[in-house]
Amino acid sequence: MTDLTDLTLAEARDALKAKKASSAEITGAFLQAMEAARGLNAYVLETPEQALAMAKASDERLAKGQGGPLEGLPLGIKDLYATKGVRTTACSNILGNFVPGYESTVTSQLWRDGAVMLGKLNNDEFAMGSSNETSAFGPVKSPWRREGSNAALVPGGSSGGSSAAVAARLCLGATATDTGGSIRQPAAFTGTVGIKPTYGRCSRWGIVAFASSLDQAGPIARTVRDNAILLRSMAGHDPKDTTSVDMPVPDYEAAVGRSIKGMKIGIPKEYRVDGMPAEIEALWHKGAEWLRAAGAEIVEVSLPHTKYALPAYYIVAPAEASSNLARYDGVRYGVRVPGKDIVEMYEKTRAAGFGKEVRRRVMIGTYVLSAGYYDAYYVKAQKIRTLIKRDFEQVYAQGVHAILTPATPSAAFGVGEKGGADPVEMYLNDVFTVTVNMAGLPGIAVPAGMSSDGLPLGLQLIGRPFDEETLFSAGEVIEQAAGRTKLPDPWW
Amino acid sequence: MNAIVDSRTMDPKKLIKGATGDWEVIIGMEIHAQVTSKSKLFSGASTEFGGEPNDHVSLVDAAMPGMLPVINEECVRQAIRTGLGLKAQVNLRSTFDRKNYFYPDLPQGYQISQYKSPIVGEGEVVVDLPESGGQITVGIERLHLEQDAGKSLHDQHPTMSFVDLNRSGVALMEIVSKPDMRSSEEARAYVTKLRTILRYLGTCDGDMEKGNLRADVNVSVRRPGEPFGTRCEIKNVNSIRFIGQAIEVEARRQIGILEDGGVIDQETRLFDPGRGETRSMRSKEEAHDYRYFPDPDLLPLEFDQGYVDDLAQHLPELPDAKKARFIADYGLTPYDAGVLVAEQDQAAYYEAVAKGRDGKAAANWVINELFGRLNKEGKDVTTSPVSPEQLGAIVDLIGENVISGKIAKDLFEIVWTEGGDPRQIVESRGMKQVTDTGAIEAAVDAVIAANPDKVEQAKAKPTMIGWFVGQVMKQSGGKANPQAVNEILKAKLGI
Repeated sequence: MTDLTDLTLAEARDALKAKKASSAEITGAFLQAMEAARGLNAYVLETPEQALAMAKASDERLAKGQGGPLEGLPLGIKDLYATKGVRTTACSNILGNFVPGYESTVTSQLWRDGAVMLGKLNNDEFAMGSSNETSAFGPVKSPWRREGSNAALVPGGSSGGSSAAVAARLCLGATATDTGGSIRQPAAFTGTVGIKPTYGRCSRWGIVAFASSLDQAGPIARTVRDNAILLRSMAGHDPKDTTSVDMPVPDYEAAVGRSIKGMKIGIPKEYRVDGMPAEIEALWHKGAEWLRAAGAEIVEVSLPHTKYALPAYYIVAPAEASSNLARYDGVRYGVRVPGKDIVEMYEKTRAAGFGKEVRRRVMIGTYVLSAGYYDAYYVKAQKIRTLIKRDFEQVYAQGVHAILTPATPSAAFGVGEKGGADPVEMYLNDVFTVTVNMAGLPGIAVPAGMSSDGLPLGLQLIGRPFDEETLFSAGEVIEQAAGRTKLPDPWW
Repeated sequence: MNAIVDSRTMDPKKLIKGATGDWEVIIGMEIHAQVTSKSKLFSGASTEFGGEPNDHVSLVDAAMPGMLPVINEECVRQAIRTGLGLKAQVNLRSTFDRKNYFYPDLPQGYQISQYKSPIVGEGEVVVDLPESGGQITVGIERLHLEQDAGKSLHDQHPTMSFVDLNRSGVALMEIVSKPDMRSSEEARAYVTKLRTILRYLGTCDGDMEKGNLRADVNVSVRRPGEPFGTRCEIKNVNSIRFIGQAIEVEARRQIGILEDGGVIDQETRLFDPGRGETRSMRSKEEAHDYRYFPDPDLLPLEFDQGYVDDLAQHLPELPDAKKARFIADYGLTPYDAGVLVAEQDQAAYYEAVAKGRDGKAAANWVINELFGRLNKEGKDVTTSPVSPEQLGAIVDLIGENVISGKIAKDLFEIVWTEGGDPRQIVESRGMKQVTDTGAIEAAVDAVIAANPDKVEQAKAKPTMIGWFVGQVMKQSGGKANPQAVNEILKAKLGI
């Protein structure tokens, strides 16, 4: 048998079922790999004792022929998810050593289905970032390097710990969250698969909020099938989150391998942005050809308001964030820096607790909501959001089943390379992904090829509301056609 | 928001005399009424008053990371019922907004409120003015649902303040009036009436001592006929008496400034009942920028007309309707009817006494004897020692001429202190009034025979008959029917 950490989630599941391996063995292999990979900084907290205890319990259930759909499968959890009794910080200093007394709905569903927790994964502070460099725990190094270079690359963000851990085989799959591309961009940068489901598909309860109207939970894993398996456990209605939707959760795995013959796939002309590298353009074209070869009809579509999406996103998301982060005030939990009065205590606490990017976004958000600016910024951005949503609705009304775009405008970049002087340089990473959050639609990023310097590149499929199944079917066509990305051999 | 309209005609009697002429005071009010419900507006935590600090706090109330609000349907129902009670427009779609500001007793860093689209729109309250007489209609601008804040405790530690979140997240209805009041009396009467309506509906207990009903009072003054002046908002006034006092001193303060050639700064002020003054809390410049925006955690609140209609069908009879019915069915004066319907329990007590009896007599006994006595002893009808059945029996005994009004008062006293069946008491203690004309005639004859000089005087001055009535009553131990005594005396004296 190959190294247990090389198994996909589906393969591990089948091996457990066939009793070819135990959860304790698989979990142990991952714990070992994690220890060896600490230099990547993917995990901010390892929970080996809990992992082994959960694995043991899973093995007992499996021995009795019981167990849920994820029984015994070890996963990494993004630090944005509250985990009962396990430190949860959103990778911000302001939460200090916060240990929640509650478990997020999504993770509790994973444990209900038998999954094993390996630890908490690094992310950009409060999920604000596209490179995992804003984390209070420091940046994550991607397991990927450019051919012939030892320069450290970013794993994308904000779910950079999740994407790096999956690509470096430090877990079978990971939870992630996506507010403007935070699942899909890191997946694309690391040759992994990530899906942001439809807004409302997963409960947000117990996930540290960044921008409530955009935040959505989803998985990052090695294959489309693994994503389908994980999403089925993560999704579902939650009465504790009134924005979650009360619709049955389909058997997503059944959609993997389903024919896409006769489906209409749209290619939005507005996604051909200035300065897009030729290899991205070529990859996109290739993707369309693969889908056509599988029987889909490729049609050009128009999403005319695309160019306004990024600026509008950087108004809506910071506005909500400025309010969502007001609770971190040093009064009840987390870090407190004393001051001579309450106002000084607030100021010192928040200055010490929040990193630069978070402070920037809180200030932008506060500004755009202020009296006199609200109409010019926030209201206008919401109008644009409505127009973006309408763009998609009109395309889908023409019978289009899904839309194919590049996932990112480039391959992964180096640690410290972008956004130092001009944050917009970093924000531009999300140009293909934010529209999907603004419209509340599902989007999947699937590895589709390699850049000229040997880094993975991904394509994005955008689906109709609550039609994740089509994304899994079409995503698997690309995955099969491109061939599974060979993940980098350990150098770490 | 609608433009501010002056709905009133100037009433010279309500003007305030200043040093340089008359002034009119303009009052509008924002009432914060705690919704009667078992749990908070967006969390399952209990709303029970008291308990140890932070006993009734959920993860949502403490704003733990990742917590989300879920609307409590009972609070929505109560807000709709209140809207119906205020004859107001109920909006089938409303939205929740965040009002952002930092304060230790505001854990989320924002209050969830309804800013743009409230659940209830325009309505009205008809208010009787017991002191000056007459009736006014106060317009309701809107009613919206919002969260209450917690409480900061500054007296628990030498250098620190403590925070109690028991109240944090409790549902409030903010009821905003139009600037339709023109005197402190009108303002007091408005709050009193609003409280009565809320209590009838059971949507707020109206307990101002516990802070379950608080008022922010907007006051401005102007010369009669001029446009509205600049207003000041007096925050958190917590008794009806203080509302009246605060308005009086604030109007005087503003008149003083204007008469000295000054201008009024729009500001928020606090009323200090101890010193009898209002003082500045923060100016317009210091006013918070609350950065309102729609709460993305909550979908718009939507329900259909059927839901509202169903609630409307099950509303209790409200004070205005009850008052009209008491006037029509029991022949009461508007004043008496108004007194009786001020509290639901009082009205119910009265109806139990009045049923099948003379409504006016019943009202007299309930208002004058019973309420007078209850007040004196600090009791109310729910703790009255005299039941409606007992009081009804007393009214019956008078109506049947079994006892006189005077004896009835003695009887009431006995029933109050000792209890028992009034009819049996009258029987066993020989309190029955003498209606036997033979016995009365004998007593009259005796008195006439004994006082020939007075008889002569009475013939010259017929009002002297009163002296004779008194003498006869005395002889009968108060039990003679005064009516009969009077008639017989008149006949015998020939007057």
